[in-house]
Order: sequence, then structure tokens, then C-alpha cells
Amino acid sequence: MATETSSEYIKHHLTHLTWGHLPDGAWGVAQNAEQAKAMGFWSLNLDTFFVSLLLGAIFLYIFGRAAKAANAGVPSGLLNFVEWMVEFVEDSVRGSFSGRNALVAPLALTIFFWIYLMNWMDLIPVDYVPYIAGALGVPFFKVVPTTDPNATFGMSIGVFLLVLYYSIKIKGLGGFVGELTLQPFGKFGLPANLFLEGVNLISKPVSLALRLFGNMYAGEMIFILIAILPFWVQWTLSLPWAIFHILIVTLQAFIFMTLTIVYLDMAHQEHH
Amino acid sequence: MNINATLLGQTIMFVMFVWFCMKYIWPPITNAMGERAKRIADGLAAGERGKSELELATKKSLEILHEAKQKAAEVISQAENRAAQIVDEAKTAAKEEGERLLNGAKAEIEQEVFRARESLRDQVAALAVAGAEKILRQEVDTAKHAELLKSIQSEL
Repeated sequence: MATETSSEYIKHHLTHLTWGHLPDGAWGVAQNAEQAKAMGFWSLNLDTFFVSLLLGAIFLYIFGRAAKAANAGVPSGLLNFVEWMVEFVEDSVRGSFSGRNALVAPLALTIFFWIYLMNWMDLIPVDYVPYIAGALGVPFFKVVPTTDPNATFGMSIGVFLLVLYYSIKIKGLGGFVGELTLQPFGKFGLPANLFLEGVNLISKPVSLALRLFGNMYAGEMIFILIAILPFWVQWTLSLPWAIFHILIVTLQAFIFMTLTIVYLDMAHQEHH
Repeated sequence: MNINATLLGQTIMFVMFVWFCMKYIWPPITNAMGERAKRIADGLAAGERGKSELELATKKSLEILHEAKQKAAEVISQAENRAAQIVDEAKTAAKEEGERLLNGAKAEIEQEVFRARESLRDQVAALAVAGAEKILRQEVDTAKHAELLKSIQSEL
């Protein structure tokens, strides 16, 4: 971008397409990062929303087609792939989850694929989508939803609510509160117990969300920094980084899925 | 990277996706997979059964073949025995018949010899008488010397 400084370029690439309450009182799309910040909590990142919804729909459509075509005969093409993935997730769940819960495996599958697809957006060249959006009159467009903490926290809070729900359902409210307050130091160390276990509990969704967000944000950042370099050297850095990123993209989705399974397993266990 | 209502929207979206996946995607696929696994297991079991059946049939056919061979060998050996027996019987019968014929012939020969000897004796006696007659130059009364002649005759 010849007309911009590097910092403007980076800032532009890191700003979401935010819809909310504009300073003049009307509802609309923020035209710069300051406006977006000023909108406060009650605003929406349209780009995150749109891309994650689209990718989620693609995931559900592909797997839904396979589910409709599923039969006990010889599997072919798509069904084969989908069954392979389902089996992979099922194995992961069987390996880490000791309880019986029909929710966990579909949850893990959804998490894995949704995050996987969203992470893959990172490999789209960083300028493509903002340029196309700009040509269509859209001021900003961040195409990787997992570089938006709203998206990662959205999922981890969903998982956290499930952890709370199943903790209370399996252990009872008393059991859950007891777990938070009566260990590791017995009933006389109650404040210390509550502090330790509380941190332990809260750290689960926070670490889930921040790990994914941090990784993807940093990866995106490096792509953007590489994009500032002269175009004829970019490939020497962006190609290895992109290849490495294929691993990160998969690994992060897998870690999020596995930790979700582990956390839910802990919620299902009487003692840990 | 402001935290805003996107968080709520994403949570809701997440819950909806999970719900949809759990309701409409996971069960049919896993069911189909389980069913296929069962079908494959059945097929393999059937194959195994068929194989063992084939093995059994092969063993049985071999047994039958073996038995048949044994029986055939038995029949052949029996037939051989019988043939040998028949040959033996025939041999004995032939020998007996031959002996019988030989004995008959011998007896006849003896008889002939005896008869020839008798007639020879008669003739010799007559010759002797004739000779004696000639020697004595006299008529010998045959009737008178019949006893004498007879004794000579028996001495011959």
C-alpha cells in the first residue's frame, strides 16, 4: 500500500468491521479503529460473525450431506473422509473421556472442524480479502475469526458453561461446591482452597481461548509483517511460515478439542 | 481486538452448531459406521465359516476317497485270492483226473499183462507138452497126465 505508512497498514489489517452505535448517535459501521473502540460492548464484529457463520455452515453442510448419504454399504469419497474424521474424533473422545455422554463427541467434532476451517482462513494471502472488501466499499475485513478473542472466548465460554453444568449435574451442587472449597487443604483451609480451585476453574476457559487466539493472532501478525517487505522477497519468508502454519492450524484445533474433552471428563469425575 | 457483543453472538452460534451436529450429523454417521462394522464382521465370520466348512468337506472327501481305495484294494485282493483258489482247484482236479486215468490205464495194462501171461502160460504148457511128447516119442494120454501137466503149468 503505497499511500499508507507501515503502521497504518498493520492497523488497518488488525481492525474489525464493527457495527454498533456511532458517535453521532446512529447505528452503523465504524469507519476507523477509534470509532470501533468507542462503540463499547454493544457492537458486533461483522467480519468475524460472517466468516465464522459461513464456515460453520460449510462444515455442517458437508457433514450433513455425508450424514444423509451414510449407509452400511461401501463408503465412497466424501462419506469416506467424513467417517474417517468422525472415527478420529471418536477415538480421541474414547481416549480421554471416561464417562458416558452423547454430547461430548459431536461437541468435539464441531469444535475441531469449526476451528480448523476458521484457522485455515489464515492461509489466505493477507491482502486479498481486505482489498476485495475495500473494492466493495467495506472499510475493514479481518478474515480469520480465531484472531478475534470474541470468537475464541465465545467457544471457550460455551465449553465452560458445559463444564459447570455437568459438574453440578454429576456431583450435585454440594459436591461441586465441596470440590471448590474442601481441597486440597481440608475444611480449615477454606479460603486458600477456594482461591486455588477458583483459579483452576477460571483458568480453563481463559487458557482455552487465549491459547488459540494468541497463536492465530501472532501467526496473522507475522503474515502481515512479511507482507510489508518488498514483494520479491516475501515468498522466502511467507512460504516457510505458511507451511509451518499448516501444522499450527491443525494443532491448535486439535488442542482446543482435546482440552475440551479433558475438561468435560474432569467435570464428570467425582475426584481428581 | 475489543471484547464486544460478538462474544455473545459467537457463543450462541457455537451452541447452535454443536446442537445441530449432535442432532443431525453425529448419530446417522456413527450408526452407519457401526452397522457397517457389524456387517463386515458378519461377512468375515461367514467367510471363516465357509472356509472351515470347505476344509471339513475336503477332509471328508479325502476320507471317502481313501475308503474307496481301500475297498477297491480289498476287492482286488479277494478276486486274486479267488482266482488263485480256482486255479488251485482246477489243478487238483486235473491232477486227480490224470491220476485216475493213469490208474485205470495201469490196471488195464496189468490186466492185459496178466491175460497175456495166462495165454502165454497155456501156450507154453501146450508147447511143453508138445515138446515132451516129441521127447518121449510117444503119445501121452492127455487125460491120464492131465494132473502132471497142470503141475508143470503152475510151475511156469
